[in-house]
Amino acid sequence: MPKLISKDAVLDNPWTVMKASTGPEILQAVPGKNFIVPLQFWTLYSEELNDYDGSIAVWIDSDESPEKIADALHSLPLIALNFPVFSDGRSYTNARELRQRYAYKGEIRAIGDVLRDQLYYMAQCGFDSFEIRHDQEAELCLEAFKDFKTGYQSTIAEPTPLFRRR
Amino acid sequence: MYRYDGYDHQMLADRVAQFRDQTNRYLDGKLSESEFLPLRLQNGLYIQRLAPMLRIAVPYGMLSSLQLRKLAYIANHYDKGYAHFTTRQNIQFNWPALVDVPDLLADLADVEMHAIQTSGNCIRNTTTDQFAGAAVDELEDSRAYCEIIRQWSSFHPEFAYLPRKFKIAVCGTVDDQAATQVHDIGIYIVKGANEEIGFRILVGGGLGRTPVIGKEIFDFVEKKHLLTVLEAILRVYNREGRRDNKYKARIKILVKATGVEEFKKKVLEEWALVKDSSLTLTDEEIERCQKFFDAPDYQELGNSPAKLIDKLQSNLLFAAWHSQNVKPHKVTGYSIVTVCFKETGVAPGDVTDRQLEHLADLADQYSFGEIRISHKQNIVMADVRQDQLFELYKALETGAMASHNLGLLTDVICCPGGDFCALANAKSIPIAESIQRKFNDHEELTNIGEINLNISGCMNACGHHHVGNIGILGVDKKGEEYYQVSLGGSSKNNASLGKIIGPSFAQEEIPGVVETIVGVYKDKRSGDEKFIDTFNRIGLDPFKEKVYAKAD
Repeated sequence: MPKLISKDAVLDNPWTVMKASTGPEILQAVPGKNFIVPLQFWTLYSEELNDYDGSIAVWIDSDESPEKIADALHSLPLIALNFPVFSDGRSYTNARELRQRYAYKGEIRAIGDVLRDQLYYMAQCGFDSFEIRHDQEAELCLEAFKDFKTGYQSTIAEPTPLFRRR
Repeated sequence: MYRYDGYDHQMLADRVAQFRDQTNRYLDGKLSESEFLPLRLQNGLYIQRLAPMLRIAVPYGMLSSLQLRKLAYIANHYDKGYAHFTTRQNIQFNWPALVDVPDLLADLADVEMHAIQTSGNCIRNTTTDQFAGAAVDELEDSRAYCEIIRQWSSFHPEFAYLPRKFKIAVCGTVDDQAATQVHDIGIYIVKGANEEIGFRILVGGGLGRTPVIGKEIFDFVEKKHLLTVLEAILRVYNREGRRDNKYKARIKILVKATGVEEFKKKVLEEWALVKDSSLTLTDEEIERCQKFFDAPDYQELGNSPAKLIDKLQSNLLFAAWHSQNVKPHKVTGYSIVTVCFKETGVAPGDVTDRQLEHLADLADQYSFGEIRISHKQNIVMADVRQDQLFELYKALETGAMASHNLGLLTDVICCPGGDFCALANAKSIPIAESIQRKFNDHEELTNIGEINLNISGCMNACGHHHVGNIGILGVDKKGEEYYQVSLGGSSKNNASLGKIIGPSFAQEEIPGVVETIVGVYKDKRSGDEKFIDTFNRIGLDPFKEKVYAKAD
């Protein structure tokens, strides 16, 4: 099971990320799971998903926009944002868009190439949980959220910029 | 200048600790080369041809004498006794060892300095006019806004992994000395309706392999919206800038592909979300930052004191230096002095540890303890009493810093080139030197007059060759170093990109080519017309004819 952490703890991970290439037959084959499905899967197979007996969340790739799912966002308990490679910064903006533009209140999860040294910035941009890459040590990763005591900006985690606090 | 408070110090200490840990994990093999790469770049550390190169941030080019002394110590302790001023008002060291870098950064932090975001695909050091606060033609001091942008852009969690690097310049003067139009975002301080001061914003300028002059996206933005509009632009760029090809990843390519109107529409959409959010600047914050740049304790003095006039009449070398290197100041009795670091035989922008210390002493004695670095790789002492100019000149002479070729042909902008840089196609420092040797007569140089010659060792254009009146670009032709020459570039208000004159030249041909170009200008100029004006009047052809006629 992929390792999952929040900002202060190692978590159980009841969710399974469905690969991008998966077809709808999996819903028949594996009943009762909690799937995080690709955005495209969610668009193509909405009926099949409605009939499915497990929980469903959606993951959005870095080159996709949350706009495509805007109307349904509030029925989803969790949105995962993918980092195909850790140096692709688009999912930081997508996380902020989810919170700021769409007022999404559910859980935002980082998936993909999620590494210790980017966790602090992810948390600032509105991510709540982090499915860290298999070789990352969970205990070490938890330290990352203490990298900085404060920052200058207005972020999702700290909406008041430093100039209004100092 | 800006002084750190507890928050600034805390963030810097956190950063040093973070990078120390990252370096240790890298050295222990727990962090791969490719994972460490952006982390070290965002702390200014390149791996170069001979050794790592560390680029230190000098926010908008300002340094105190205390910081200069620390840099001298670093040059001496971690390097081979010298440092290098860059074309983005920063400082580079060419020889520190990787294991020493965390200690070096801790030393810098003691004097409120760092290497944060001096490299990598993030928002870089914000640059400005080196005369800010002292210039006669200034609408408002740009430095407070540069500092506001520095803080907003430092460790911005959303914009640390942009498609490519991102450079912002702010200009508060009528005469643009900051090359504002060739930045990813160029900000002009302007007066709007009702005499209100605000910002005119250009987007999508840049040099590199596709040079572009920035396009206006907003003709007037209120002061309080400075950060929200920047955040909106960056957000569009972060999401939509190309990531498939690093040569097409700068915002200039996105703006070109989208069209500036469509791009503006996208920015407006993002801006609407944050425009009146908590990120909106408060008057208190603007005033707080402006206070750090309050005028120093000027004396009441008159212009052109007898002491100065006497020396100008009796000492010709001093008079020559004064006419090139000393500029008017907004306060009566004071002048702005530029110390030109373009001595023939020394790489442009190179400075020794002893010179740094000497500069620190002179800054304390003559210019309220502060200096600035210019994007032309020179040093500015912005607040010198006119009755002390001669003393300062004599003191500079002792430190071998009294070159009086500022603004002349030999005041070359030059990147480190193939001697140091791993990216370069060709050397650039020896080219600069060969031109300086060819034009070694000061009278002839002043006769030629104001002209800028910029050299880059590759198309990444760190030497700003596109905007040189004469631009020289090192190219690789089947493994041989060749040089392409362009004419007519300018980074001023009427910014323009140079036009390539024709086929490239071998290294040894370059001084002769420059001489021919200058010869054509001298023949064709009318009255005291500057090179760039003659070029704009007569075009490329007369130069081309002469240069290639001679080569045949």
